[in-house]
Amino acid sequence: MTGHAHALETSTGLDSRKLAIWTFIGSECMFFATLISNYLVQKGKSLVGPFAHEPWTDPATGQVMEPIIEIPLVTVGTALLLFSSLFIVLALYGAQKGNRKMLVGWLGATLFCGIFFVGMQVYEFTHFAHKGLTLSRNMFGASFYVLTGFHGTHVTIGVIWLLTMFVLALRGKLTPAKAVNLEIAALYWHFVDVVWIVIFPVVYLIR
Amino acid sequence: MATTALDQQRVHAAHAEKTGLWSWITTVDHKRIGILYGATAFFFFLLGGLEALIIRIQLARPDNNFIDPDTYNQLFTMHGTTMIFLAIMPLSSMFFNYLIPLMIGARDVAFPRLNAFSYWVFLLGGLFLNASFLFGAAPDSGWYGYANLTSRQFSPGPNVDFWNMGLQVLGVASLAAAVNFFVTIINLRAPGMTMMRMPMFVWMSFITQVLLLLAFPVIAVALILLMFDRFFGTHFFVPTGGGDPLLWQHFFWIFGHPEVYILILPAFGIVSEVLPVFSRKPLFGYAAMVFSGVFIAFLGFGVWSHHMFTTGMGPIADTFFSLSTMLIAIPTGVKIFNWMGTMWFGSLQFRTPMYFAVGFIAMFIIGGLSGVMHSSPPADLQQNDTYFIVAHFHYVLFGGSIFALTAGAYYWWPKMFGRMLDEGLGKLHFWLMLIGFNLTFFPMHMVGLNGMPRRTYTYPAELGFATLNQIETAGSFILGLAFLVFLWNVFQTSRKPRGAVADPWNGATLEWAIPSPPPEWNFDRLPVVEGRDPLWEEKRKHGARLPEPVVGTGAGIHLPNPSYWPLVTAVGVTAVFIGIMMSPKWGAWGIVAGVALLFFGLYSWLFEKGYSEFRTPSHGGH
Repeated sequence: MTGHAHALETSTGLDSRKLAIWTFIGSECMFFATLISNYLVQKGKSLVGPFAHEPWTDPATGQVMEPIIEIPLVTVGTALLLFSSLFIVLALYGAQKGNRKMLVGWLGATLFCGIFFVGMQVYEFTHFAHKGLTLSRNMFGASFYVLTGFHGTHVTIGVIWLLTMFVLALRGKLTPAKAVNLEIAALYWHFVDVVWIVIFPVVYLIR
Repeated sequence: MATTALDQQRVHAAHAEKTGLWSWITTVDHKRIGILYGATAFFFFLLGGLEALIIRIQLARPDNNFIDPDTYNQLFTMHGTTMIFLAIMPLSSMFFNYLIPLMIGARDVAFPRLNAFSYWVFLLGGLFLNASFLFGAAPDSGWYGYANLTSRQFSPGPNVDFWNMGLQVLGVASLAAAVNFFVTIINLRAPGMTMMRMPMFVWMSFITQVLLLLAFPVIAVALILLMFDRFFGTHFFVPTGGGDPLLWQHFFWIFGHPEVYILILPAFGIVSEVLPVFSRKPLFGYAAMVFSGVFIAFLGFGVWSHHMFTTGMGPIADTFFSLSTMLIAIPTGVKIFNWMGTMWFGSLQFRTPMYFAVGFIAMFIIGGLSGVMHSSPPADLQQNDTYFIVAHFHYVLFGGSIFALTAGAYYWWPKMFGRMLDEGLGKLHFWLMLIGFNLTFFPMHMVGLNGMPRRTYTYPAELGFATLNQIETAGSFILGLAFLVFLWNVFQTSRKPRGAVADPWNGATLEWAIPSPPPEWNFDRLPVVEGRDPLWEEKRKHGARLPEPVVGTGAGIHLPNPSYWPLVTAVGVTAVFIGIMMSPKWGAWGIVAGVALLFFGLYSWLFEKGYSEFRTPSHGGH
């Protein structure tokens, strides 16, 4: 028996799991493309406020209200999410070099960013709900919550995945030989970031 | 890395043939999963056929009241949904599972447990969808589920929810399988098996996986939006809230048209394997076959609105989608001429698989031609929503897919079960199927052009549709009889001793080089491939048919352990979707329980002992 050296051979030389996550990401592109298309199709079709970028009149009180979108907090969340892509690259470098301090530290930083982003979104959703924007209120509410909600779900899954990796790293089980496990999680994490780079301008910046 | 005691255990375990129910529940062997797919899909195929027969009885006479309109709606919806998602797709999956690893010279798929997971999710999704009958609430808005038929306002019951959640579950199965086969084909090819040496079935399967990967997320989102409309009060497809019912049609057909090629490309692949072997000639125009398949798939994403000519999209959109649709006839024509070129001057051997393959070509041409007819918007305006369309897509799905899948069943049966199906009964099956099929569906062209609408439970006598409808009903029962003959053939064959040789048809591809049925590890030594039609190459070198391969012991070959975690995880996935459609109070608990089970199953799966080092079991220990 020639042993495990052969167990890693593939036709392309790529790890099959890495190829699988790339394949899955390709498929996910269509998932988000459809969600983003839906958002763009529904844009401007709200029959009542709150609107994203225009002032709106509350039909109950007749009061003119501010546009509902508030950019500053989301910008912080966006920035942290983008930085987390750098942090996870550093964590992966640490994993590959067997530098546990680097691995645990940067992975912790990545997790912090991810958790902050999810928390930011939870805050934003409750804040909007208080202002009267619900799923059933208007087309903006519906398409906004579904699009950003599904992105947020992806971030949450990423956080759970990275938490698992973090626990493994703390227990010293994320050895350089197994760094590819973190690399796969990192590919997913980068993808979730890249999707946000599209969603952020489409939802928050473009009027 | 040293060989551990655990590895040794596994290596020895691989020697004994595993039997019993538990071995099937925990199996991760692609061949067994293939058989599970086949058996389950054939069961659903019979169920969908039964639904069709009830529809045909209802339509046999004008003004008939054999079933009420409500039941009729449920039956045609479930017939379509069942045949597409629970019969043809998983029957193709059977061949993907069984054949892809054998044809590319691998020991299994890239992710054996994910493969088992796909099957279990498919099974649970299919059962869930059909469980709607027990509640008297089977889906009733057509397999296409057009808005606003599906809105709460017009479908207050759980019928649409069964359909919505059922398709979501089945989508999970398809996507998991697609990732698996995509990676398997790219990464687990035997040495020398370059992409342009792969058997045509593997190529068409590969393209099918790409279509699945890109088309299924679209329907997933559409179904999610529908779910939000029905459960959480959004108005994506509800015009009173600012939504647009037409958006559903766009999303649905962006998925739905590639889906058509998901159903037919594996059939193209099967026929491209059967025809050369029974013509004793290599496949004509291999590269043209590959690229025409790629071209069909590519164009498949640019023709969706030809399903929507009657919605009034305007002349520019109509022209674009009309032209792109006509364009698809070119690569399809390339394929048909290549199949004929393969047979041309060949030494044709008319065995049962060849009957079905040739029948496929003839029937598929008829379906293809009527398809080109309604690519013209003015013609389509007349044909849309009539039986002409029903005739068209049965000629491509039954005359195409089912004929080819049946050809594949007869062709690979000896490989899968070690027993040859009876030739006489096989030919009887063919003639009954050909006659029954044409009697059933050809007259539909005529009643359709005369204006008989689809999806309507009856028709008045004055319209003069009665005679042709009676012929159709008679034909459908002949079709049913054809599959009873097939079942009888299978039953008779199963009572005979296993006697099939490794290579009964003098085949060209690698699966015929190993015993019938193959051992769990497939190849004692992984093959080295030096060209297309590798087994013919080898026989030519050898100067004669190869000696019967000896069944090896499998000693020293790594095989992945059986596992029940894929099943546990699949139950979790299904529970989540069942939870969504239950009452708010109990549903929430259902979702929580489902997610908990999903994570429990997934983590147990990921950290299962003895698995971490098995990344590509197909290449272990050669």
